[in-house]
Amino acid sequence: MSTDFTYDLTIHHAPDEGGHFLANGTLFGGCFAAETLMQPLKEIETAFFEAWVDDEFQAERISLLKHYAGRATPLYHAQRLSKAAGGAQIYLKREDLNHTGAHKLNNTIGQALLARRMGKKKVIAETGAGQHGVATATVAALFDMQCDIYMGREDMRRQAPNVFRMKLLGANVIPVDSGTATLKDAVNEALRVWVANCEDTFYIFGTAAGPHPFPIMVRQFHTVIGQEARAQCLEQAGKLPDVAVACVGGGSNAIGLLHPLQDDDIRLVAVEAAGYGLETKEHAAALCKGKAGIIHGSLSYLLENDEGQVQPTHSISAGLDYPGVGPELAAMMESGRLEVDSATDDEALAAFQILTKVEGIIPALESSHAIAAGMRIAARMKPEQIVLINLSGRGDKDLGTVMEKLAINAEGEAT
Amino acid sequence: MSRLSDVFSRCKSEHRAALVSYLTAGDPDIKTSETLLNTLAEQSDILEIGMPFSDPMADGPVIQAASERALAAGTHIQDVFRLTTQVRQQHPDLGIILMGYANIPFVLGFENFAKQAVEAGADAVLLVDIPPEEGHICDAIFQQYGLDRILLLSPTSTEERIQLVCKHASGFIYYVSLNGITGADMGEMTTIQQQVSNIRVHTDLPVCVGFGVKTAKQAQEVGTFSDGVVVGSHFVSTIPQHIADSEIMNQALKQASLSIKEALLA
Ligand SMILES: Cc1ncc(COP(=O)(O)O)c(C=O)c1O
Repeated sequence: MSTDFTYDLTIHHAPDEGGHFLANGTLFGGCFAAETLMQPLKEIETAFFEAWVDDEFQAERISLLKHYAGRATPLYHAQRLSKAAGGAQIYLKREDLNHTGAHKLNNTIGQALLARRMGKKKVIAETGAGQHGVATATVAALFDMQCDIYMGREDMRRQAPNVFRMKLLGANVIPVDSGTATLKDAVNEALRVWVANCEDTFYIFGTAAGPHPFPIMVRQFHTVIGQEARAQCLEQAGKLPDVAVACVGGGSNAIGLLHPLQDDDIRLVAVEAAGYGLETKEHAAALCKGKAGIIHGSLSYLLENDEGQVQPTHSISAGLDYPGVGPELAAMMESGRLEVDSATDDEALAAFQILTKVEGIIPALESSHAIAAGMRIAARMKPEQIVLINLSGRGDKDLGTVMEKLAINAEGEAT
Repeated sequence: MSRLSDVFSRCKSEHRAALVSYLTAGDPDIKTSETLLNTLAEQSDILEIGMPFSDPMADGPVIQAASERALAAGTHIQDVFRLTTQVRQQHPDLGIILMGYANIPFVLGFENFAKQAVEAGADAVLLVDIPPEEGHICDAIFQQYGLDRILLLSPTSTEERIQLVCKHASGFIYYVSLNGITGADMGEMTTIQQQVSNIRVHTDLPVCVGFGVKTAKQAQEVGTFSDGVVVGSHFVSTIPQHIADSEIMNQALKQASLSIKEALLA
């Protein structure tokens, strides 16, 4: 597929006016924000819905997606991986080939254009794996905006190459030490900074979670993934996939892939980080193991104790190491449309190595969770069936973690 | 008449603003917290008892650390209710507000929470991250239990939002004097005064001003044009300053609250 792809700009399955997604009478999402942020959030909402129907805005956004980010990203029939799984045909949606190496740029291009349209000169963002931070720093460089990125100190250690990339791009990376010093704490800190600077600062939120309008806005910016993949699959395989699989941190790559497929007869699977195992407390599987809760401005599933205190999470991948999940995925699970699955650290690490060895593609550890679950699902299916997996990012940033885990020395040998 | 409106009438008859004080329950530990809350209650007209939360998004470093200390000391929501009961027993006329984040009462169940809050002697609830738009999840229950729902207004609140908040609030309006988190520096006094009088156009509820009040002078100034002065981080900061000696800590808190109270009486 070339750059002549036409995107569907209709907003399907919108939440209600307050940003609530309803499923079986249960309400998700909303805008559970402090008063100081209510007006800034309203302004973003108004600006977003105005921009969305503005031809000029869309033309510029789509032009950047095509000529700057490199969309459409390929859909690749991974035959050797399919063989390794031993069942259905596996197709990979290559978001790793999007500029900056992950799906995250789809969203930051959209939000940065919106920020510029609203006259904001400064952007801030949280980041876990550093991919959203890099994608934000990238558009800030492109649009000549000042950029501060909040990142847990633990994540800065895990994702050191991305910290350096952000700095090269001209962003300030501000370490966050509070709480568990990971993604949720970076969100807390970015929210605090935004409250104090909302007049001139735009908060580029990195996933399809947070207060309304972020879940719907981030989803709309990422539906390019699912729209392209759907058309590409029809073009290459002559039919739609039977199953579509994506990993879930906050839910942006998953909703981006799955949302445009939800009205088709396709199984939709969200894969969460099972860390050391779902039977332990050391995981980040909010849909599989969480309860209803309110965090970071929205009502969704949350890993928390019986008294509503948010629990520390664990995942080998910083980008999935988050106790919450976007409200729309929660609603889709509640309504029975979305299946949830998970992959442990070890399974993700194994999938990371398999994909690298048999296809020559080094996936992000986040995406490796989707690969692991996708291969498992494919193994139970027939060769004429299709499993579509979102390869949300590339793994260069994770080499340090993988070397550490596999105990590889500087010569590339096992120790 | 709710207890809060009695408090404001009493202060009004004394021609002064109310002192609205904040401490986090269970900080630095449950036993010391009981002493500190009662000490602060002596000088206060209204006491905000903070429910510790793992992710205090709207709080600055001072109150974040207070939440962390309280949770590390093993403070549970039942301890918050017990501490509230103990304060209530010693201070029958004090206004008491349970303050915190939505997820604590949400997970407990708003009805269960409201019932226990009332039994413990609380008069009102202040949940930072439940704006009027999301009041549908709790307002009817709080009303049924006779709990006032304190809502915030801030410098970013438009005329339209001021009307919305005034329509849904009860007890009093809490005006956040600055765009920021708790413990930041106060905004310009004349601007704050202007905004308070703007709010009064839309409501007969008392208007209290908080966020950033740290000195007796600021408290006194704010007291000239508001119905209540909220002091939080300034009081909380006496805890880490004297963490090694709870007696000195208690004395320091007493001094700090006395000096603010005197300024309001002046
Ligand atoms: C490559 C990649 N995939 C997935 C994620 C998880 O985020 P989300 O669930 O929003 O797609 C991240 C987050 O950093 C990421 O970098």
